[in-house]
Amino acid sequence: MSTAPLVEVKNLRVDFPSATGVTHAVRGVSFSLGKEKLGIVGESGSGKSVTGRALMRLLPASTKAQADVLRFGETDILHASERQMRALRGRRIGLILQDPKYSLNPVMTAGAQIAEALRAHRRIGRREAREASLDLLEGVKIRDPRRVHDAYPHELSGGMGQRVMIAMMLAPNPELLIADEPTSALDASVQAEILRLIEELVDTRGMALMLISHDLPLVSHFCDRVAVMYAGQVMEELPAAELHKATHGYTRGLLECLPSLTERRPRLPTLNRDPAWLAPRP
Amino acid sequence: MTGPTSGSPIADVGTTTAAVKSISPHTMPAAAGAPPPKPGAAQSRREWLLTDAPASRSQAAWGRRYQVWLAFRRNKLAMAGLMVILVMLGLVLLAPLLATHDPGIQELGNRLAAPSAAHWLGTDELGRDVWSRLLYGGRITLGMVVAVVLLVAPIGLLVGCVAGYAGGIWDRLLMRVTDVFLAFPRLILALAFVAAMRPGVESAVIAIALTAWPPYARLARAETLTIRRTDYVAAARMTGASPARIVLRHVMPMCLPSLVVRVTLDMSSIILTAAGLGFLGLGAQPPLPEWGTMIATARRFILEQWWVAVMPGIAIFAASLAFNLLGDGLRDVLDPKQR
Amino acid sequence: MLKARLGALAATAASIPITLLGLALVTFFIGRVVPIDPVLAVVGDRAPADVVERARIEMGLDQPLYVQFWRYLGDILSGDLGRSVMTSNPVWQDIARFFPATFELATLAIIVAAILGIGLGVLAATRQGSWVDQAVRVFCLAGHSLPVFVLGLISLLVFYAWLGWLPGPGRQGIIYQDMVETRTGLLTLDAALAGDWPAFRDAMAHLVQPAGVLAFFSLAYIARMTRAFMLAELRSEYVTTARAKGLSSARIVWRHAFRNTAVPLVTVIFLTYAGLLEGAVLTETIFAWPGLGQYLTVSLLNADMNAVLGATLVVGLIYVALNLLADLLYRLMDPRTR
Repeated sequence: MSTAPLVEVKNLRVDFPSATGVTHAVRGVSFSLGKEKLGIVGESGSGKSVTGRALMRLLPASTKAQADVLRFGETDILHASERQMRALRGRRIGLILQDPKYSLNPVMTAGAQIAEALRAHRRIGRREAREASLDLLEGVKIRDPRRVHDAYPHELSGGMGQRVMIAMMLAPNPELLIADEPTSALDASVQAEILRLIEELVDTRGMALMLISHDLPLVSHFCDRVAVMYAGQVMEELPAAELHKATHGYTRGLLECLPSLTERRPRLPTLNRDPAWLAPRP
Repeated sequence: MTGPTSGSPIADVGTTTAAVKSISPHTMPAAAGAPPPKPGAAQSRREWLLTDAPASRSQAAWGRRYQVWLAFRRNKLAMAGLMVILVMLGLVLLAPLLATHDPGIQELGNRLAAPSAAHWLGTDELGRDVWSRLLYGGRITLGMVVAVVLLVAPIGLLVGCVAGYAGGIWDRLLMRVTDVFLAFPRLILALAFVAAMRPGVESAVIAIALTAWPPYARLARAETLTIRRTDYVAAARMTGASPARIVLRHVMPMCLPSLVVRVTLDMSSIILTAAGLGFLGLGAQPPLPEWGTMIATARRFILEQWWVAVMPGIAIFAASLAFNLLGDGLRDVLDPKQR
Repeated sequence: MLKARLGALAATAASIPITLLGLALVTFFIGRVVPIDPVLAVVGDRAPADVVERARIEMGLDQPLYVQFWRYLGDILSGDLGRSVMTSNPVWQDIARFFPATFELATLAIIVAAILGIGLGVLAATRQGSWVDQAVRVFCLAGHSLPVFVLGLISLLVFYAWLGWLPGPGRQGIIYQDMVETRTGLLTLDAALAGDWPAFRDAMAHLVQPAGVLAFFSLAYIARMTRAFMLAELRSEYVTTARAKGLSSARIVWRHAFRNTAVPLVTVIFLTYAGLLEGAVLTETIFAWPGLGQYLTVSLLNADMNAVLGATLVVGLIYVALNLLADLLYRLMDPRTR
């Protein structure tokens, strides 16, 4: 098993049934992930977040997820019991959501939420959990951990809230961290800081990272590999360093839409969507 | 280690949205600018209503109404409520035809009779036919409700819209007045009002109306406050429309859906208040066959001839439940943000 | 930030006297348009004309309306609500005597309604779309549509007449009447304080039925609101976070989602509690419960206007007080407004 990758996904399909029909959010996604940093890039509704959540089985109960293989470690996620999944969530896979304004519980202090994550998976006392929480807050480079520990989420800035979120998700020391647009809701000035923090923590703890974002250059900067998603399918997967060699029309289109500071460009082209991209892929 | 291998090939091609949606029956493509329907051409009328490219404003409006109707029709409980209301209205309007007896005729030799072929729901303490009294009583109970709504809804709407649009001192004054009215439980304030007048149907209607209008004004004001900031109201103002015109033509119509929902949900509580007043002897006076009044007089016999009191009770319950079901369904369709 | 909060609190506090003034204005106005001549109510129909005239001046009814209102306000503030024609006691004393029965009834009802309503609402929300959810939904709508007095009559019929499980109307059995020393006016509490357990059981048995009937109506509303609040919270992002942490579903439901609905729920429960006063009027009539509601209706039917307006004013006051309390609790419980 030592050579098997940590995560293996083959032909994942996720459907959202609704009153007016079925939305096919993910249509046959395959990838695998070892101890590395994988970026998943796509526009809104491309299925990138759904893919991440399917891996933790966090989708609404009405959702239908199917796959040839959906595996984390030795756990078959589609067939695991709820008990097995709970042991997996938090303990082995962490999830960082977009906006700490909504993803932190507004009526619990930051410290209580971190301690809760710790105590869900380890039998430790209150005092010990408090110490550990303070350490974790220090670990995410919060200067005044005591104040933040006792603060409610609305008393924290966006960047601070996201640090709390990271501390909380790293608390049980997971093997994989899924970061779902971790900086999209933050001020531009703190975005890079948070991403660098995530990168550093992932590297020092030897974790795998799945960074979900709509920002292609940003992802390619922080990740080893990039998968580009469109309409619930992976269009192209390639090493981040070789992004400029992308062959797929959609990836090329995305890259060409970017303004550049170094070269003069006459007018940014619009992205032309080719209906052929929607055809099912092998 | 493999999941179930199955699934049909994905065949949705041709949409440009990123998340691919199956084509639902309600977004059926239809020829743009289809001709207006001819009578009897059911299929083309449906297409005309559901087209994505309406040719006229009225077509768009009717199409929208049809969509609402389709959504509403899917809610079985709400449809059941609507049916019950329609049946009740039919029964009540046709009371002279459907009643087996004169509701006022007493038959003292046949008091408190159990239901039978001659008296479907039995007789009351004066030997009057309960079925016939229920039918005629429905005219009074439901009539009171309709009267209250007709009095209250337009006034509440107008007052709320004006206050919301005018703002300032008028708004503050008005909201303070509604506060005072909302500071009493409804039935108790209605009781006090009835006490100031003479017990009877008219004073009950006025008393209920006096207690019922503030929530409507509140609702209309809240809606108006959001609407007045919209661009289309600004546009109307810039074209020189008078405040009266803006309120009447642009603000009030937008408040209507939530008001309709509120009225329907409120109907049941108006029915309960009206019947409650009747039950306390402060609404319709005997021998008028109002449902609450009927229960009040039959109360004494509840332990022996229970059906005499329970029959009008069931009528009140059915009417009130039907309005609640209908209102719930309407809210889901017309006012999804209020869920 | 603190300043803004204090400002909001001050605005709420400032609005209370105005609301109270409005309350007094409404009862005053009703009292003036009433077709019964208050003078004749005091001196009797057959009094000679000069007696009537003297009484009119004595009662200040020859003064302009605003003077009368001013005096009325002064009377209210000094606790003088006039004298009841029916009981010939000061209205204030009557209310003090009848209020504990209503308080006992409404309090038990709201406790039952809150516990069951919250339980049902949470149950339905966590099983959205299932048959449990549908059943709760229908139950709530039914509870909201059933007139209290019909439910009360049916309950009497079933539990008293047919099954014989519970005693009939009234607040206590005849043999227990005046046996227990009155301390609080709440029969159950008084009996418990005196250690008289048979009397306690009797008072409780009499209380169960009216309180249950009264609770039913509010229960439906509380369950419905709980369900709606819980559904909104369960859909929120922090619940996803909590699930991603690997917490048990019980912890997610109660510690996270429910804790967030608790704040608005407190408001709902308090407003429902205030609304129970309304249901009490009908329930007390049916169960011959000697409370404020019965006092109000009996005075009404006897055209005892002082009693009616006094009771209405007191009910309005309680209503405003509960509203204010709900508002304060809301501010205390929610860390965002603390």
